Amino acid sequence: MTGPELLPLIGIPIVVAGFALKLNPMLVVMAAGIATGLGAGIAPLDLLELIGEKFLGARTLVLFLLVLPIVGLVERYGLREQAAKWIARFRHASAGRILLVYFLIREITAALNIPLGGHVSMVRPVLVPMLEGAAAARLGAPSSRMAQRIRANAAAAENIGVFFGQDIFIAFGAVLLMDAFLRENGIDGVEPLMIGLWGIPSAIAVALIHGWRISRLDAALARDAAGEKRE
Amino acid sequence: MSPLITVDRMTCVTGLLLVMTAVSILRDRSNPKRFTTALFWGLMAYCLLFGEMMAGSLGKPAAHRVIGAAVLLATAIAGFGGVGSGVTAPLDAKRSAERLGNWLFLPSLSIPLLVIVGVFGLKGVSIGGIALFANNQVSLGAFGLAVIIAFPLACWITKGTPVEAFGETRRLVGVVGWAAVLPMMLVILGGIFTAAKTGDSIKHLTLMLAPEHQRFLIILLYCAGMAGFTIVMGNAFAAFPVMTAGLALPILIKEMGGNPAPLVAIGMYAGYCGTLATPMAAYFNMMPAALLELTDRYGVIRAQVPTAVAAFLANVLLMYFLAF
Repeated sequence: MTGPELLPLIGIPIVVAGFALKLNPMLVVMAAGIATGLGAGIAPLDLLELIGEKFLGARTLVLFLLVLPIVGLVERYGLREQAAKWIARFRHASAGRILLVYFLIREITAALNIPLGGHVSMVRPVLVPMLEGAAAARLGAPSSRMAQRIRANAAAAENIGVFFGQDIFIAFGAVLLMDAFLRENGIDGVEPLMIGLWGIPSAIAVALIHGWRISRLDAALARDAAGEKRE
Repeated sequence: MSPLITVDRMTCVTGLLLVMTAVSILRDRSNPKRFTTALFWGLMAYCLLFGEMMAGSLGKPAAHRVIGAAVLLATAIAGFGGVGSGVTAPLDAKRSAERLGNWLFLPSLSIPLLVIVGVFGLKGVSIGGIALFANNQVSLGAFGLAVIIAFPLACWITKGTPVEAFGETRRLVGVVGWAAVLPMMLVILGGIFTAAKTGDSIKHLTLMLAPEHQRFLIILLYCAGMAGFTIVMGNAFAAFPVMTAGLALPILIKEMGGNPAPLVAIGMYAGYCGTLATPMAAYFNMMPAALLELTDRYGVIRAQVPTAVAAFLANVLLMYFLAF
């Protein structure tokens, strides 16, 4: 490969180094974009135009802000407190068990294309307070270390459940993308349904892997609690 | 007639919400960075409110340049630490939780339920000859309708006022900060990568590495390429055509006679393993870390990496045994 062929790759080391050094991600991403664009020989004004065009094209990604007035209001009037209180009534509930149920429901509903949950309208206002409430009922008020562990795992369960469930649904964008790609490249006779069905073994594998990891969350939280008592 | 609830209108409402947030931030003396923070959200609101409109009046190239300049300015403000948050006086949430009980769940839970009703029940419905949603925006339109219903519901149940709700919006916008718009920045970067043909360069590199007639190694390379390219781009959809056209199609399918459906389905999943491990997938990994107030910016990724690694190996094996 020659030098000019490698120049469009210049953004990649910038991104890797920037994230590794924990520089501000906004700055890292924009620096990588500008370096890549100029490296590939895009004129500065055209690059500016491209940035504006892609920003407008991505505007659906900020629509989640519309939920904030609703979530903010119910949080102000005690949603998080009520979620913790409600879950404490169930003696067998633990953070790990609740999260496991949520994870499996999330993967199945994603496979059926039922839009349930989300970080803004479900994980922060409802799921996390329930997990923290259940942990508090068993181990006492969660320390900040425990709260961090619970929250990171709640977000992870949401992501993993959705990613690996959604591709089974045949009308999902990814399945349609794969189908269009195969047909464009002259591979005929592959139904979208087949692509969806061939996703099932992977979806089950991931459910087992991540379900097993969630089942160890309670033990990790108990260790956190015991460790802090000793200190 | 355009449909009643469109992405354009929802974008405008989001822009208005951010205008109110910016004004509210400007008046918040507890925020030490209130001027730059308000400017950041003001610029975002400007882009959302007037972006499409300017494209009509100035022509697309000029409008996109203006938006591009505004985005660069906002990035600089956020990048050099200009976005901060103030403090909001909390209400006695415990007492009101006792008063309102489980009714408090209703507004949050009503959003996904209303979206489901909208997607499955209101598709193609029109009011007075005007369609409710556009045919290609049913999910987002249903989300818009859910917000329109859930907001007054939340006010009615809590007896809170819209003014309070906007104060809370300012609080939550302060919690999330610039991470709210980071996903859009990554789409911009993805667009630049596409325009710069970064994918072609990566394809050349992987093809140079591909060993001949080693089915397992080529499967490993295809999956690793999907995951690795997704880590760089933050999006498995961008990696899929590049890696599949480069490796899976010519070698695994045409030369070795692999079954295309499991190859592409599992290849995409290998890409998702990369999504779990990269800050570039900001909407899933970075924005929630800010929203959940994690002290470790990469906390969500750290919780996901062991699953990502195990799922990656599982997918390599599944592809090896299922596609041939």
